[in-house]
Amino acid sequence: MSKKYITDFVILENRRHTHEFVILTLQHPEMLPQMFPGQFAEVRVDGSPQTYLRRPLSIHDVDYKNNTIKLLIQEVGPGTRRLASMKSGEKLNLVYPLGTYYSLPDKKRVLLVGGGCGVAPLLFLGRYLKENGIDPRFLVGARSENDLVELDAYRELGDVYITTEDGSRGTRGFVIHHPVMKTFEPDFDWLYTCGPEPMMRVLAKYSRERNITCEVSLENKMACGIGACLCCVTPTIEGNKCTCTDGPVFNANYLKW
Amino acid sequence: MVDLSVDIGNLQLKNPVMTASGTFGYGEEYRDFVDISALGGIIVKGTTGSHREGNPYPRMAETPMGMLNAVGLQNKGVDVFLSETWPRIRTFRTNVLVNVSGSTVEEYVEIASKIAEVKDIPGIELNISCPNVKEGGMTFGTSCPSAIAVTRAVREVFPRHLMVKLSPNVTDIVEIAKGVEGAGADSVSLINTLLGMAIDAETWRPLLSTVTGGLSGPCIKPVALRMVWQVASAVKIPVVGLGGISSATDAVEFLLAGASAVQVGTANFVDPSVSGRIVDGLAGYMQRHNIEKITDIIGGLDVS
Repeated sequence: MSKKYITDFVILENRRHTHEFVILTLQHPEMLPQMFPGQFAEVRVDGSPQTYLRRPLSIHDVDYKNNTIKLLIQEVGPGTRRLASMKSGEKLNLVYPLGTYYSLPDKKRVLLVGGGCGVAPLLFLGRYLKENGIDPRFLVGARSENDLVELDAYRELGDVYITTEDGSRGTRGFVIHHPVMKTFEPDFDWLYTCGPEPMMRVLAKYSRERNITCEVSLENKMACGIGACLCCVTPTIEGNKCTCTDGPVFNANYLKW
Repeated sequence: MVDLSVDIGNLQLKNPVMTASGTFGYGEEYRDFVDISALGGIIVKGTTGSHREGNPYPRMAETPMGMLNAVGLQNKGVDVFLSETWPRIRTFRTNVLVNVSGSTVEEYVEIASKIAEVKDIPGIELNISCPNVKEGGMTFGTSCPSAIAVTRAVREVFPRHLMVKLSPNVTDIVEIAKGVEGAGADSVSLINTLLGMAIDAETWRPLLSTVTGGLSGPCIKPVALRMVWQVASAVKIPVVGLGGISSATDAVEFLLAGASAVQVGTANFVDPSVSGRIVDGLAGYMQRHNIEKITDIIGGLDVS
């Protein structure tokens, strides 16, 4: 387990991408520790009387040269709404980097599948794969084209396929309905996913039936984020495990899905 | 130089700041954030006679200035604790107490007997107040005769420090505190979580798998202070105060109310370094107020 830190970052930029997605760029005064895709930060929410706990957020992107990280925030409640309203120059306190991360594949053909705000860790993952000589391809699912975030950043790294539930962009339906998810002989051997649990369960089943390695990232409700409170557990073949320290990235076959 | 040391019965603490069971794991989880040896003590996770998987997810619901939990004593059992966990954490240069929880008097006695054999464990905290298990737990702590019976039975087999953790979910906590004092407890710690619940108005469903759970965090501090004050005024054994402590000022308030030491609980989840900072903050408080010994604060509340 890598060393964890508790640190104040300064918000460099708050950029709104859609009606409910915001990307915060945070700068650290010193050199950043090494982080891996799939890891997360526990972000303190100040000035939010209705909430008490930190918010676990995926590390969306890292720039070691400028000591910046990005967090993709979907406004779902008072805590994330408060974070999304923060302005450049304000401080944000993070406990990081936390949890397990996606592994480098032993095969070359990979697909990264994100749904909703589950796309958050996949940009960092795509960059990491690219740096390690693997060409990432992305499949992004959203409710409609208004919910798609930052597609250009993904396109710089590889092909991007899209599904929307209302058909306003790409293939109509869920990610499983996209032609790349073909029934016979899919052209990938490794699938990384993050998003709503029903979507990931479908992808886990699809992968199991085709002998494809599937790594999923869970987002259970957390308190501490460091394996102390035992609140965020998920049932695995070895009993209840903490999503924050034994996860959030799990091999799908390890889960009781 | 200020003197932060306190004694809780036969237990010597370098300062009155401990961490509460269930909020600090086995201490190891907090190594990157706190110098464990700078704390007065830590109380490790609730330990039962055998392995427990705990309750199903969801086990936690956030509330204004607090949270509800229904973990349900997930742990590997006393044998695994003593053979695998204890050898790793026994080198912590602080008082490590084991929180003991059972479903029957026999189970409490069995666990306490096993811990009694490991001579370098300085004490146990008897958990008769866990609201999240179907059998035992809080049922022992909400009736005076059963609280006395389990304390007396454990006292017979456990020769070192015996702290009893009291439930606030009772009509008269003073009566129970006096009962366990009479049954041989060396100290009492209070309060455990308050029984509560949370509901999702959109789905008409409870937010916890167990429907009800234990409320903790700053929202319970006024209740905890009141109970500590009532109990400390009524018993002769030391009182350890907990419930929503998040700062050195909070800790001072509990000491003024009569607590000889405090436990920091849920605040560890929001700021994993908070326990160490509370120790530093107490020293700063004493310097500001020209107090040499922290024991001079204990029970100092002026109600005239």
